[in-house]
Amino acid sequence: MFSLKRQTRGEAVFGLVNGLLMLIICFVTLYPIWYVLVNAFNDGTDAMRGGIYWWPRKFSLDSFVTVFRSDGIMTAMGITVAKTVVGTVVHVLFTAMVAYAVSRGELIGRKLYMLIGTITMFFGGGLIPTYLLIRDLGMLDQFLVYIIPAMFSFFDLIIFLSFFREIPAGLEEAAKIDGANDFSIFLRVVIPVSMPVVATIALFHGVYQWNDYFTGMIYINNTDLQPIQTYLYRVVAQSSSNQMLASMPSGVTVGVTSQSLKLATMVVTTAPIVFVYPFLQKYFVKGFMIGSIKG
Amino acid sequence: MKTGTGAATGRTAGPGPAAFRRERRLKWLKKLYGQRYLQAMALLGVAWMIVFNYIPMYGIIIAFKEFDIIFPISQAPWVGLDHFKEFFEDDNLVNVIRNTLGISLIKLVIGFPLPIIFALLLNEVRSVLFKKSIQTISYLPHFLSWVILGGILATWLSDVGIVNKVLLALNLIDEPITYLAEPQYFWSIVVASDIWKELGWSAIIYLAAISSVSPDLYEAATIDGAGRFQKIWSITLPAIKGTIAILFILAVSGLLNSNFDQILVLRNSLNDSASSVIDIYVYQTGIVDGRYSYSTAVGLLKSVIALGLLLGANYVTKKLNNTSLF
Repeated sequence: MFSLKRQTRGEAVFGLVNGLLMLIICFVTLYPIWYVLVNAFNDGTDAMRGGIYWWPRKFSLDSFVTVFRSDGIMTAMGITVAKTVVGTVVHVLFTAMVAYAVSRGELIGRKLYMLIGTITMFFGGGLIPTYLLIRDLGMLDQFLVYIIPAMFSFFDLIIFLSFFREIPAGLEEAAKIDGANDFSIFLRVVIPVSMPVVATIALFHGVYQWNDYFTGMIYINNTDLQPIQTYLYRVVAQSSSNQMLASMPSGVTVGVTSQSLKLATMVVTTAPIVFVYPFLQKYFVKGFMIGSIKG
Repeated sequence: MKTGTGAATGRTAGPGPAAFRRERRLKWLKKLYGQRYLQAMALLGVAWMIVFNYIPMYGIIIAFKEFDIIFPISQAPWVGLDHFKEFFEDDNLVNVIRNTLGISLIKLVIGFPLPIIFALLLNEVRSVLFKKSIQTISYLPHFLSWVILGGILATWLSDVGIVNKVLLALNLIDEPITYLAEPQYFWSIVVASDIWKELGWSAIIYLAAISSVSPDLYEAATIDGAGRFQKIWSITLPAIKGTIAILFILAVSGLLNSNFDQILVLRNSLNDSASSVIDIYVYQTGIVDGRYSYSTAVGLLKSVIALGLLLGANYVTKKLNNTSLF
């Protein structure tokens, strides 16, 4: 509708400058990622000379091959995939289940339950009391430490809540007449019609699980149980990248350096999320909106 | 059920108030039984919160005790405010407070308005395809972990990194600088990388708010001869005022949070004087040094101040703007 109107000169200039600004923002956003990508796909020894900015100079997949062949990284990757999948399913189903129950206006004690939850949004025990709790529960060095303490979030509950309130009562009544109990109504009716919000929360929590290194860092000592982010943290942030190369099986490819290996691991670690998020974009924008108006 | 109607309709004959109460109780129990599945579902959530939120809240009392990991909390001797006093006498205090507030205030002053400006400008982009692409690209860094970003930044900012190469080529510096080893660059690195990562993501919420503004308003303004800036100033901005206010309250209450993940990844022993913030200090004294009671006391102090900031910001915006969180 705007294109039909004649633009003034000022408007045209504004549009042009604005467009350029947006392109600059895109470049600044993408280039650091591109830089990592081209360096990871370059021969490691050659990359050490520097000067690779736009395109690999000596294309090589050796670093990636090494990543996929090394035990430590693949174990960590497996743990990450497992904790992300299991953690997300458990978090979404559990949080949604509680949200569904308190979304029913007739629930006895509903106000009390909401109060209990609201308080948790503003007060918490902090790092050490939480650490002591996890220790006392015997969850140190257990896979469950990734799942159970993260299976519920009151903030996510509120996002679910505003969505569930909009579901027409007729849907549930029909299921009730067919003899379904509240739990099966939740699983077989409510969840399927709530896919936009389920997808939103799943994406948020999936990203959290995938990227979380802190849980693995403080609660896990067993290296077979550490996720890839914790593995990377130990290598990247503590900048002892040679330990990564040292942990490789002997006879690895010549063109691989600790730096190129690091970059390749970063690419492998990030790729799944980068591929998934554009498809879920329309969901999370909506979910974000619902979550924001709750105020 | 029949017997109860007497009391309810006010007939003199029939059961007394005791029976009426009993019947109401029965009805309540019946209702409770009818929603036993719902109750079970809700109570599982409450049970989770009691274990994972309320038990740690109880654990805060170790801030007032001399807790030893070998014995249970109840057996630890009380020491009153000793740990708090210790923190106030600690040499690190000034440094920790300065870094925490410094980083957070700069993030608030620069990082808070930028997503609003970005959202307003993006909204002026006419081509839908271009707009969508920019949006998708701008979210991308949000999905990278700080560990990965730490790796990218370390590569960029090292003495042979691209930042030094560019600055050397432009003759802006004479010799390469190892930025992460110099405390004076630390705050800028933290603020800039945080903006880089979250700009697009933080703008989503404003874009969503802008998209709910009625197009009629813009049409009317166009007919009245308003230019683009006038429309932004008198239609779009007022329309998203409420969203801005709420996010501002949250930003102020988070003033003592200085993005733990980010700083933990970027800090090292060389930039310690600029990178030691409250959260890092709590982690360092508690998890690393094992001074559980002391660390909990510092954490508690932080939470209390944060709550005060939240209530204060809420009060102020309520007065100014009639918008509040509660």
